[in-house]
Amino acid sequence: MGMTITEKILARGAGLKEVEPGQLINAKLDLIMGNDITTALAAEELEKIGIKKVFNKDRVVVVLDHFTPNKDVDSAEQCKIVRQFAREQGLSEFYEAGNVGIEHLVLLENGIVVPGDIVVGGDSHTCMYGAIGAFSTGVGSTDMAAAMITGELWFKVPETMKFVYTGKLQPWVGGKDLILYTIGQIGVDGALYMAMEFTGDTIDSLPMQGRFSMANMAIEAGAKSGIFAPDKTTEQYVKGRAKRKYEFYASDADAQYKEVVEIDVCGIEPQVAFPSLPSNTRNISEVGDVPIDQCAIGFCTNGTIEDLREAASVLKGRRVHSNVRLLIFPGTQEIYRQAMKEGLLEVFLDSGGVISCPTCGPCLGGHMGLLAKGERAIATSNRNFVGRMGHPESEVYLSNPAIAAASAVLGRIGSPVELGLKA
Amino acid sequence: MICKGRAWKFGKDINTDVILPTKYMNLRESKELAKHCLENQNPQFAKEAKEGDIIVADKNFGCGSSREHAPISIKGKGIGCVIARSFARIFYRSAFNIGLPILESGAAVDGIEDGHELEVDLATGEIKNRTTGESFNATPIPAFMQEIIDDGGLMGHIKKKLKT
Ligand code: SF4
Repeated sequence: MGMTITEKILARGAGLKEVEPGQLINAKLDLIMGNDITTALAAEELEKIGIKKVFNKDRVVVVLDHFTPNKDVDSAEQCKIVRQFAREQGLSEFYEAGNVGIEHLVLLENGIVVPGDIVVGGDSHTCMYGAIGAFSTGVGSTDMAAAMITGELWFKVPETMKFVYTGKLQPWVGGKDLILYTIGQIGVDGALYMAMEFTGDTIDSLPMQGRFSMANMAIEAGAKSGIFAPDKTTEQYVKGRAKRKYEFYASDADAQYKEVVEIDVCGIEPQVAFPSLPSNTRNISEVGDVPIDQCAIGFCTNGTIEDLREAASVLKGRRVHSNVRLLIFPGTQEIYRQAMKEGLLEVFLDSGGVISCPTCGPCLGGHMGLLAKGERAIATSNRNFVGRMGHPESEVYLSNPAIAAASAVLGRIGSPVELGLKA
Repeated sequence: MICKGRAWKFGKDINTDVILPTKYMNLRESKELAKHCLENQNPQFAKEAKEGDIIVADKNFGCGSSREHAPISIKGKGIGCVIARSFARIFYRSAFNIGLPILESGAAVDGIEDGHELEVDLATGEIKNRTTGESFNATPIPAFMQEIIDDGGLMGHIKKKLKT
């Protein structure tokens, strides 16, 4: 019987010829990732049972991105614990301050994660590396600790749900809209425990940035992972970056799927997820009058240079509405630098925006732009849960960068088309 | 092990941001985290829930972020077990890993109201509603997961494995 791309990668990690959904396996891990919050707990677990060394200092990656630059004294202490841990362990991949970025983009940009890898991370959006054809999934800190000690972890081989996207995308519609639309269709537990496999002719021509957004948000449908079969676009992205040898896997023609969902993209408009779940989506034409106080662009979902270009193309020569605070969060220092070279930072400054260093900041309600009671934000992040960006009675609406930028100018949620822009 | 206590009922898709808000993630001690457990969802819970009480929730409990602070805060609160129609997967793994008992049963969720008195046999998965007299059976725990529980969580399990 044929296997899916996910089953093939897991079989390789488990040292088996084949695996099937539901099977419990022990898989060797290629990479383990953690941030300031999750690594602090994991490091304590190691200490508790008296383990001195991680299994391989080159395969444990730590990025201090959530509450950094240290948001308060408690966070400073937490980062200190993690920094000390990284130094004691002699981790070769440790990122903070001058070389930091949002963890997932750091791993992708620097070729630390490569196609065919099996990766776990102490962060739910670790599923993002499926964009380049890796199996990756989020775990809690105890799983992370176990993985750091042994270099392996048990998994239940997930069933796969296949999504086939066909047709040409409308103007201002990208990967973010496709995934929001999909989650809107299947719900926040629509792919619970499963692997989502994204395919179809629309996907064949979807740029890497769009794949990033889609794989990133697989968890928002409850999935264990989200994956794209590597192709020419993948090859272009990883060559020159990959720090290790990589392997492209693909699903067999006779692979078994739990379900196949076919989506014709021709009629899909830019999507906006209303509070307080990513599945609460509407077409941009059906949003109505929703005034906003803040617009936050960037984060792991939409913090690449392509995302910043898209936002800048809308903001160029325009001013942000006087009621709106526009905040920009480039994904990494490298993206920041590139945005500077291309003059994008100037466009943001001219429009009245504020540019932050790369950090998770307000995406998870940490710092650098929280909302007061009753305030409303549009953001290019991936979660709009109750209180996600601040006060429990504040609201977050999710969209792509172009819609967010246009909304910042309009003072309410709207589209670049209303500003007379064509894609 | 038997746990007895009051049911605290919650709806569907209760996410980890709601279970333990981000602003407390610079804390690590379970008793400290417990003070803020579910405070945005039901402020009474963090104040009044007692040792042994039971959380009963609808589908997809624990969705969202991977923060282990969420199950740790529930355990720190002294909650005997969590019963839900279904759990999100990272939460499911983490709960077992830290030794927080969780049970899946849709029928129990339908047959239990907030404030009902419950008695749960964690070994057999039998859930008794002492207020209504009804009984329910939770989906049995896979043998492999039971082994982790018996070893006192994943770290205990690993320690044992490293010794042998
Ligand atoms: S940017 Fe937001 S979603 Fe992404 S890793 Fe940071 S907190 Fe998580």
